[in-house]
Amino acid sequence: MDLELMINSFPKLLSAAVITLKLLSVSLIIGLFIGLLFAILRLNKNILINKFAYGYSYIFRGTPLLVQIFIIYFGLGQIEYLRTTFLWVILKEPYWCAIIAFALNTGAYTSEILRSAFQTIKPGIVEAGQSLGISSKIIFYKIQIPIAIRQSLPAYGNEIILMMKGTSLASTVTIMDLTGVAKYIISTTFKPIEVFILAGGIYLFMTFCIHNLIQLLEKKYKY
Amino acid sequence: MNIFKKTIFSVLLSLLVIGSANADKIKIGTEGAYPPWNSKNEAGKLIGFEVELAYTLCRYIGQQCEIVEQDWDGMIPALIMRKFDAIMAGMSITAERQKAISFSQGYADEVASLAVMKGSSLEGLDTPAGINLTKPDAAAKKALKTLTAALAGKTVCVQTATIHQNFLDSGDVGKVNVRTYKTQDEVNLDLASGRCDAALAAAVAFSDYAEKSGKPVVLTGPTFSGGAFGNGVGVGIRKDDTELLNAFNKAIDKARKNGDISRIATKWFGFDASM
Repeated sequence: MDLELMINSFPKLLSAAVITLKLLSVSLIIGLFIGLLFAILRLNKNILINKFAYGYSYIFRGTPLLVQIFIIYFGLGQIEYLRTTFLWVILKEPYWCAIIAFALNTGAYTSEILRSAFQTIKPGIVEAGQSLGISSKIIFYKIQIPIAIRQSLPAYGNEIILMMKGTSLASTVTIMDLTGVAKYIISTTFKPIEVFILAGGIYLFMTFCIHNLIQLLEKKYKY
Repeated sequence: MNIFKKTIFSVLLSLLVIGSANADKIKIGTEGAYPPWNSKNEAGKLIGFEVELAYTLCRYIGQQCEIVEQDWDGMIPALIMRKFDAIMAGMSITAERQKAISFSQGYADEVASLAVMKGSSLEGLDTPAGINLTKPDAAAKKALKTLTAALAGKTVCVQTATIHQNFLDSGDVGKVNVRTYKTQDEVNLDLASGRCDAALAAAVAFSDYAEKSGKPVVLTGPTFSGGAFGNGVGVGIRKDDTELLNAFNKAIDKARKNGDISRIATKWFGFDASM
């Protein structure tokens, strides 16, 4: 064990963890909107809309995240036509390619989590609202969505943790996140154990924080 | 029952024999993704200059060899952790790596070069054909200045943990935006897509890619050697494994004397890259 190396690399790894958190939070926010939109589409009675939303979540849950990043980063980069369009401004940057992949991936899982949460809401609750003469729009926004969010908190907490670990794949498209910097330090010191233990510890600490935060929210929204 | 016991015994015995035969083999790690040094053919078989040279050296050593594949960024850790006994992966001998492992004498040398896509503003830089960075002369220093000005603010792509990355990180060409990739293939892809303004690697790696892909990749600036680029490519061996180190050094001597190294190098590089 090279303690000196561990002490020296710790600050570098911490500042890289900030990049990891940035990747995570931006893709979670975008993914939550995508997830909510597709969950609502899944509940739509129109079979075409329903199948479209199902197809999206089926594809993104059925393929590895690494493959999705590679398709978006290296795959789309091969299409010459795309490079002449304004889309290339975004796709040129590894950071945005990673965000797109992560957001689409977590969006697919989130849509499933929210859909099942909507479906567990007892019809009696909605009917109670209707009998009071509340409009269905307000029932949806003020009753169904809050209950669905509460119902989905445990599963969504898991999704956040999975996504946080998933961001380590950003290092495969040249982003210097926690894993990327750990690999970089190893490439110059050739000491993988020390550096990966530190990086693993930081990931574990982040999981710990997310886990506790979700538990706190669960307590707060207990009914 | 007796037959059963006998069968088990003979199976165990044969396992033991296979086991010990394996133990005698020298395991050599290579990347298989850095043509023409080492790569894989369509069938997934390892080929290239170093694969052929490895078998030749093992013949001189008088032992059987097995060549195993290992990702470049884990090459030295894998050697230290005894996944194999020697590295032959286009690995240049540098002071930094020598802190972790030993190297045999060099068996081949390569020059590094910048590459850009045809039509880039970085094409046709006013520099000498080649510079040596071990003791840079006035012309070399001037070339570094030209490069510093030309590369300012540009994104230069390299494979991770290479001499090329070390050189860019050293600050000899100022502050460039360095992007690192797991394999040279990925560097080539992003150079062609336009994400990289330039890429730095062995000159042969680019000419090989240009030839095979038909993409208009051209070399620019001087070729680099010495300094951060190390002193040739050698066999990497664990520090405590002096016996194997001596064996490889002797084998390289013999192979060089018999003309094997230059013959194999000419076959794969198109020129004599041996040393």
